[in-house]
Amino acid sequence: MLEKNYMKLEFISKSSNESFARVVVAAFASQLDPTIEELSDIKTAVSEAVTNAIIHGYEYGEGMVTVEATLEKDKIEIVVEDMGRGIEDVDKAMEPFYTSKPDLERSGMGFTVMETFMDELKVESKVGQGTKITMIKKFKSLSDRE
Amino acid sequence: MNLSMKVINEYLIVSLNGELDHHTSEEIRKKVDQKYFNQNLKNIILDLRGLKFMDSSGIGLVMGRYKNCKEKNGDVAIVSTNPYINRMLNMSGLPKIINIYSSMEEAIID
Repeated sequence: MLEKNYMKLEFISKSSNESFARVVVAAFASQLDPTIEELSDIKTAVSEAVTNAIIHGYEYGEGMVTVEATLEKDKIEIVVEDMGRGIEDVDKAMEPFYTSKPDLERSGMGFTVMETFMDELKVESKVGQGTKITMIKKFKSLSDRE
Repeated sequence: MNLSMKVINEYLIVSLNGELDHHTSEEIRKKVDQKYFNQNLKNIILDLRGLKFMDSSGIGLVMGRYKNCKEKNGDVAIVSTNPYINRMLNMSGLPKIINIYSSMEEAIID
């Protein structure tokens, strides 16, 4: 069993960093030896959260995005945080297919994807201060092995 | 991300290889729309079999092309065999309005 492990990644809000962020978290999560499907879920959820920070948090302006991940026992907790404009109505933002930027061809599915692919999702946001997304995934493949 | 396009009759066949996210989808959207409108095409077939990753930006890309095609009385079809990509497509409800095929032949014949 792996001891608790932790990582923190910080990068500027450039869309080219979306793939960088999800690959780093997936590589970190690999220490727990999850299934390919579980890794794919994590990559997708991180990609959605980081994309939100870039498009909505900073609205393509420059700011810092931080991604933290903690491995403990059979689960991973991922925190994606920006210090951008924040979300006025979190409940509305989380409604499937709702998007504040339809002109950008956003599908409005970001939070739905995070909710579906992870076991827990928490969204904390303050207008003018930023947004913090916390996601937890339990690796069922690990609990099954015990 | 690698994009290749070819035209067969009024069909624009778009083959995507690599990872489709917000970053890569913006460039693909521009290139596909440019060819589609410049050559006055009607239908689009999106071949997603070469994708290794797709997040909800891919859904936005498909929906946007679907809208364009509908305005020209055309249609969009998808060719996809990757279970992860298909899971994302199914979650979005896209299969209700867009046919998904497992081979290019089926997509063209249909």
